[in-house]
Amino acid sequence: MDVVVSQIFTGLSTGSIMLLAATGLVLTFGQMGVINMAHGEFIMAGSYTAYVVQQATASAGASLLISLVLGFLVGGAMGVIIEITLLRHLYHRPLDTLLVTFGVGLVLQQVARDVFGAPAVNVRTPSWLSGSVEVLGAVVPRTRLFILVLALVCLAALAAALQYTALGRRTRAVMQSRDLAESSGISSRRVDLTTFFIGSGLAGVAGVALTLIGSTSSTVGQSYLINAFLVVVAGGLGQLRGALIAAFVLGLLQSFLEYSTTASVAQVLVFVVIVVFLQFRPQGLFSLKTRSLV
Amino acid sequence: MSTTTPAAPARRWPAVPGPLRTGAGFALAAVVLFAVAPAVLSDFRLGLLGKFLCFAIVAAGIGLAWGRGGMLTLGQGLFFGMGAYVMAMHLKLADAQVRGDAVPDFMSIAGVRDVPGWWQPFASPVVTLLVVLLAPGAVAVLLGLMVFKRRVKGAYFAILSQALAAALATWVVGQQMLGGSNGLNRFRTFFGFDLSDPANRRLLFFIAAGTLLVVVAVVRQLMRSRYGELLVAVRDQEERVRFLGYDPANVKVVAYTVAATFAGIAGALFVPLVGIISPSDVGIVPSISFLIGVAIGGRDTLLGPVLGAIGIAWAESSLSESFPSAWVYAQGALFIVVVGFLPGGLASLGGVLRRRGRPAERVPHEEPDEPASVRTTEPEKEPVA
Repeated sequence: MDVVVSQIFTGLSTGSIMLLAATGLVLTFGQMGVINMAHGEFIMAGSYTAYVVQQATASAGASLLISLVLGFLVGGAMGVIIEITLLRHLYHRPLDTLLVTFGVGLVLQQVARDVFGAPAVNVRTPSWLSGSVEVLGAVVPRTRLFILVLALVCLAALAAALQYTALGRRTRAVMQSRDLAESSGISSRRVDLTTFFIGSGLAGVAGVALTLIGSTSSTVGQSYLINAFLVVVAGGLGQLRGALIAAFVLGLLQSFLEYSTTASVAQVLVFVVIVVFLQFRPQGLFSLKTRSLV
Repeated sequence: MSTTTPAAPARRWPAVPGPLRTGAGFALAAVVLFAVAPAVLSDFRLGLLGKFLCFAIVAAGIGLAWGRGGMLTLGQGLFFGMGAYVMAMHLKLADAQVRGDAVPDFMSIAGVRDVPGWWQPFASPVVTLLVVLLAPGAVAVLLGLMVFKRRVKGAYFAILSQALAAALATWVVGQQMLGGSNGLNRFRTFFGFDLSDPANRRLLFFIAAGTLLVVVAVVRQLMRSRYGELLVAVRDQEERVRFLGYDPANVKVVAYTVAATFAGIAGALFVPLVGIISPSDVGIVPSISFLIGVAIGGRDTLLGPVLGAIGIAWAESSLSESFPSAWVYAQGALFIVVVGFLPGGLASLGGVLRRRGRPAERVPHEEPDEPASVRTTEPEKEPVA
């Protein structure tokens, strides 16, 4: 029983990490159709932001809170720069966007290696996050709990913003029908930029949070990226609740498979499950109903 | 995939040369590969060129699937790795047999006494060759039918295929019997030929060169056939092809399967030529890197992918020897510049420059009447504004 509970928590934790990495993608990939392979490098930028901030501040707790904000801004700023310089020329060629942003990712990784060095760096965990708590007989590290909460908070904040703010309404309008939104006076250009800023900023936040559970190197973002994309694909493009369910289901699946097999076999099986799942629901868990053929 | 065409549609047909130019091209390539290269290059450089030819074989398949078929195959490392690991397993078993050991060297170091059951079939060269030739294609047919019949396409397909390459790499890392993250290396013989003998290594190069010529010939025939036109039609207007009564899924599966088979063959040649196969040769990054040469050369042309792949591999090996970090920047920049701003690759550069460089010449040819009328209306409009 204890084993089951602790596997469930491992799964929820894995799921929350995937969710955190994927939340930004729900916006940029789901909403705008941009396959941003540099998203992983925005995560990395967030991680290094946390590292730099910690070098400058004495208290690990304060630096975490500062870096969460700064990580958002750094990720967002990088997203906006790439959107303005490259992506807006490529909206009609989504597959080429993928390759171009992969190139951006390669460059950013090398920049990180040249600036911070090849060896991985570590960020100290604040004292109020070290140690673990016991939940239902399972020992859960506080950092993992923090990430779980942070992922849910980010998702909820994003969902609320999309649902209730004027910006959110405009974003949804552009997503549902770009032409109609434009003809109703919405500047889709500005919506694109803001959406991309927020989506990339969330990658930065994910990066900051990930420093709590692992060390930071230039390839940190890449390792989370594929899973994040799969969460978005399985959840349905642009569907926050789809991403939520997909992330936790995949996390739990992986944790239980890992328990009965090995980590690498579990990862492979998760991929296979997703391919089979898309057989039955090619559009993912939830999908926006449109009349378009494609 | 259903979006706009990647290259200028006006100059598509010259991309596939006619019979005369093809014959001349093959003769020239044969002379260069079989006579000039071995005479000019040292044994080491010839081995390197052989490795580039393997990448070129993969690239030819990607050119067909991606350039002509619009399927962004980000996971060719899966098929490359299948061919490579199957060949590597056979070579390890054959080496052990030559030395009279029960198990390959790396297994006996790990304390394994018996060859695992799933290794057994690859002791036979016939089975190995059959698996190399057929297994990647069979997997591609299965995957392709699953994916394309359900109309999973575009970004979804790209991400799925990438995930599969990642899955293979992840799985191999966990497999101690495949050498884990170190991979399989130190092969001594190739179907009975001693790999340390330069003459045999040269033979291996000739096999790779011959394979590349065959592969290019196959791609050319496919491009010029009715099937080739159908493939381009599916890339440009999938729905319209469907309404005409074809099943685009079948069309795509064929190109995907051909590309996968090429990648598998290339992987099998890569192993004896390079002497090592490890998860870092089959994961996400190498899978995407296969694409850059294709994009640079001109993805929807016959020779562009092949020449692009060779050129990029050559640039990488010569640049990264002396400036490893500069190469990464260059590779990133190439992805950004070529894919972003020259989607037709270098093959389209001539056309692009001609169009940009001489606008005055172009206008009278294409729209003889318009400039005059524009000129007369413009001065009238200006006072109003």
